[in-house]
Amino acid sequence: MVYRFEEIAIGWLHSFVKNITGKRLLLIFPSLWIFLFFICPCFILLKISLAESVVASPPYSDIVDWISNWVLQIRLNLGNYFMLFTDEMYLRGFVISIIIATASTVCCLLIGFPMALAIARSSEKVRNILLMLIVLPFWTSFLIRVYAWIMLLSPSGIINNLLIKYQLIESPLPLINNSYAACIGIIYAYLPFMIFPLYNAVEKIDYSIIEAAYDLGSTPFKTFFSIVVPLATPGIYAGSILVFVPAIGEFVIPELLGGAQTLTIGRLVWNEFFWNLSWPTAAALSIVLLTVIVLPVMMSQKRKEIRFLMKDGQNAH
Amino acid sequence: MRIRWSNIVLFFGYLFLYLPLFLVVIYSFNESRFISIWSGFSLKWYKALVSNPIILRATFTSLKVASITATISIVLGTIAAIVITRFRRFRGKTAFVGAITAPLVMPEVVMGLSLLMLFIGMEKFFEWPTGRGSTSVIIAHITLTLSYVTMLVQARLQDFDRSLEEAALDLGASPTKVFFVITLPIIFPAIVSGWLLAFALSLDDVVIASFVAGPGATTLPMVVFSSLRFGISPEINALAAILIAVLTVGVVITAILLYRKKNTTNNLY
Repeated sequence: MVYRFEEIAIGWLHSFVKNITGKRLLLIFPSLWIFLFFICPCFILLKISLAESVVASPPYSDIVDWISNWVLQIRLNLGNYFMLFTDEMYLRGFVISIIIATASTVCCLLIGFPMALAIARSSEKVRNILLMLIVLPFWTSFLIRVYAWIMLLSPSGIINNLLIKYQLIESPLPLINNSYAACIGIIYAYLPFMIFPLYNAVEKIDYSIIEAAYDLGSTPFKTFFSIVVPLATPGIYAGSILVFVPAIGEFVIPELLGGAQTLTIGRLVWNEFFWNLSWPTAAALSIVLLTVIVLPVMMSQKRKEIRFLMKDGQNAH
Repeated sequence: MRIRWSNIVLFFGYLFLYLPLFLVVIYSFNESRFISIWSGFSLKWYKALVSNPIILRATFTSLKVASITATISIVLGTIAAIVITRFRRFRGKTAFVGAITAPLVMPEVVMGLSLLMLFIGMEKFFEWPTGRGSTSVIIAHITLTLSYVTMLVQARLQDFDRSLEEAALDLGASPTKVFFVITLPIIFPAIVSGWLLAFALSLDDVVIASFVAGPGATTLPMVVFSSLRFGISPEINALAAILIAVLTVGVVITAILLYRKKNTTNNLY
């Protein structure tokens, strides 16, 4: 009997291994990785956002408590979320983040659209070089690009120095440490993300359609808005999402260029965690940021567009 | 008329992109600490940079983390890309694709925070990773870069002619052999650019590293970030100039290699 049982077990194990090797085994590695280090952390974050802040290490209470006599107690603290929607500081954080991200996206669109058009209209040889030059700053350090703007905008920086030197102003202008500076930083950092999808969309437009519009007496203005813009809509969508989504959670740029008042959500999460040691609040802020802003924006658009960008970034190299 | 309009746009657009970086490089050679005074050409900030032990150690840590990250990420990413493009539909494939691409839209602070919570929990239960050295940074960076790498390789896998693989299979080669002899050489450029992208992303990240790095694993961006809080420092200019120089040389070499390869293939046909 025992022998037979072993035989069955080995046979079962053998078929299991045989089935799992090859394709299934391949699937396991990336799935396990993403599960362990992306999906699990999200649930841990959700758990901690429902805990209470306590003075301990780690500084939050357990939400599941095993009380004796077969009683399992689950304490869910919704206070963290309630606080986010009642405390003015957090509400203002959300509003500032949305305003900065929206303004930056619109500016990127206004700068990026003419550039994408101009690149698409240039000769093929020049076009590849121009596209490469768009990607190139993306490969330099992000912090260096932000630093460049600290150097330009700070009170002892290049712009103020030039203005004082030519006696246009007497004391330095407050160019840095406000939300405008944060916007400029975001525009500078994420402009390539706008230009690529726009270029992809604009490049496909058949030029004969535009010529036909001109032949039929359309003005350049009307041609642009009734032909070029509608045909470029997928690119506008994709580019806007690619700028808006990273801009909304951005921490480094508002921290370095935005000054003390520009408390965006990213900075609030950071401050709650590192300075207030209030892990549950930081976790709740993160969950709200994800579910209220990032997810709806992503749901509105297919992922295809992002893949589109990545593909083109590769072709440009 | 049209040409002139687009040239003006391009001129100002590229001026906006490149002038700030150009100025950073120029001022790295300024002898004075202040931007208002140009007191002559000097390499003293470079000297100060290379004799700064904190920056040197952080550079070493960053390069180590970035190369390990890129290598593991490209292996996992290639596997994921093959799963996505070459597997027949299986249960949960949509979920798999979604989960692989989700880190792309995850805000950095949220990702850093959630991973730190995970590591702290893991340390409590499994006593690993202890003290969160560079291991935790590497794990976090692999998670961050995996989706980018997967998409790059996947784009390449979708583009190329499947009949080459099918022919090899028909002629009796095993799937493993087909992968190493046919598929891998064809997708190799994507693997190289994926590796470089993962390397660059890991070398560039400050937010996630700040959350998960242990006391002994300070990366270069973390050092740069803490010095940027104090405003302008010519040493950072020197560091920026070096990074930009390395990048430019890398791009020129890649461009020459690609150009040569193009020419040889043109000659073949």
